[in-house]
Amino acid sequence: MSIALARLRGSAPLRRVEIDPAGRVQLDGQWRAGAEIAWDVPTSGGVYGTLHNFRGALEALGNAIHEPPYVAPPKAPVLYVKPANTWIGYGSAIPVPAGVPALRMGGTVGIVIGRAASRVSEAQALSFIGGYTVVNDVSVPHDNFYRPAIREKCRDGFCPIGPWVLAAEHVKDPAALTVRTLVNGKLQLEKSLGELVRSIPRLIADVTAFMTLAEGDVLLPAVSETGPLASAGDTVAIEVAGVGRLENPLVNQAEVIAGELR
Amino acid sequence: MKRARVAYAGAVHAATEFEGRVRLADGRVLDESQVVWLPPIQPRTIFAVGLNYADHAKELAFGAQKAPLVFLKGANTIAGHRAKTWRPGDAAYMHYECELAVVIGRYGRKIPRDQAYDYVAGYTVANDYAIRDYLENYYRPNLRVKNRDGATLLGPWLVDAADVPNPMNLDLRTSINGKQTQKGSTRDMIFDVPFLIEYLSEFMTLAPGDIILTGTPEGVVDVQPGDEVVTEVDGIGRLTNFLIGDDAFASQARA
Repeated sequence: MSIALARLRGSAPLRRVEIDPAGRVQLDGQWRAGAEIAWDVPTSGGVYGTLHNFRGALEALGNAIHEPPYVAPPKAPVLYVKPANTWIGYGSAIPVPAGVPALRMGGTVGIVIGRAASRVSEAQALSFIGGYTVVNDVSVPHDNFYRPAIREKCRDGFCPIGPWVLAAEHVKDPAALTVRTLVNGKLQLEKSLGELVRSIPRLIADVTAFMTLAEGDVLLPAVSETGPLASAGDTVAIEVAGVGRLENPLVNQAEVIAGELR
Repeated sequence: MKRARVAYAGAVHAATEFEGRVRLADGRVLDESQVVWLPPIQPRTIFAVGLNYADHAKELAFGAQKAPLVFLKGANTIAGHRAKTWRPGDAAYMHYECELAVVIGRYGRKIPRDQAYDYVAGYTVANDYAIRDYLENYYRPNLRVKNRDGATLLGPWLVDAADVPNPMNLDLRTSINGKQTQKGSTRDMIFDVPFLIEYLSEFMTLAPGDIILTGTPEGVVDVQPGDEVVTEVDGIGRLTNFLIGDDAFASQARA
């Protein structure tokens, strides 16, 4: 049995839930299938993504990283913000903007910070993690990384998070986690958090060298920049064995109000 | 009305400006040095616009932009009037940026330009420091340059939109230790406030507490520990910041 924090739609406070290995959830003394529950976003802190942190991602750009506009490979972690308008919970609709044929899915783990982390060492970094959740960092496909990709990454509903935040004690080693992305039930991508340029402890140390991560902030250690595409009508699931399974439908934006079907 | 959030006598208070002083909601009137100034709002999403004055873009060797250069910030970087900001000793070039900041007051999507001001709650002054040594060309300006702890100052006041008849004609300036180093006017923005609201709300929902830092004119120069930097926008406020160095920072830090 694992302990997680979750938020139900229509009930603002975070609550403690128990989860069994089959993904069933104990709520108010009753066991239910996780998919039956109307989940809301289980986090409220800032969400920061990390660019090009799966091994091979930077190399895939080839010689371009030595030419303008990049000129050189990055030295420090390259972060981006997934702002509040992008956050939606399990089951809510990912709006597909008019004129965009397909969106890129960015399945990953959300590292939820457990206590304020400022200038922490790599050796101590894991002790600052409060829990883990599942995140889909959705983008309009883009292959230029020179300017912040606000129009591509910060649209409404472009950051499903959930269903819950699993307590950190249940994950012995985050590098052993695997992220599977399924579109309409078919496995499209499988990535291991063991394949990072900067390991999770190294990343936390390098990020907190220049900015404090507060309790509740969420750090995405890596997202595939070439993840699978999905279109309106598709359903995408991000599965992280031992953490959770996040599923969301893609719906034309004109049919969505604030993550819900019109 | 000019509103502030201050800490005084162990509590956080809503305050308003009263004859140049600070009036708490309970009526007590205090000098500006008696209170700890907090950012006048607790922002939701923090937008910043780069290269939004033709002269500053030229100063940084950029041509005119077709679309605004927008980047986002996190809550860690926000601090208030009279804050102390750390200038790392290994940096050769850290500069202020005096900016008009626009606070959104209403939830809105696809806001047309001619209705944009209806969505503004008010205005404040921002000083958006950058450390150019850390600039890299991925999602530039990268967070290591622009999202450092306590290096984005807001305040002192949130000025009600109704009290700012034309935000696009305000003089702004910066001084270091009393000597003016930067000067400009919001009328020289490339993308004005209504444009920015229309542009952002076309692809994302704006909500109360969102704040847009609208960019800075030319005249940015390096600052040093010990400097007092004042960024000012006429009719909005005069925002003071103090730079501290590694010594002052490290002497207070314990592992």
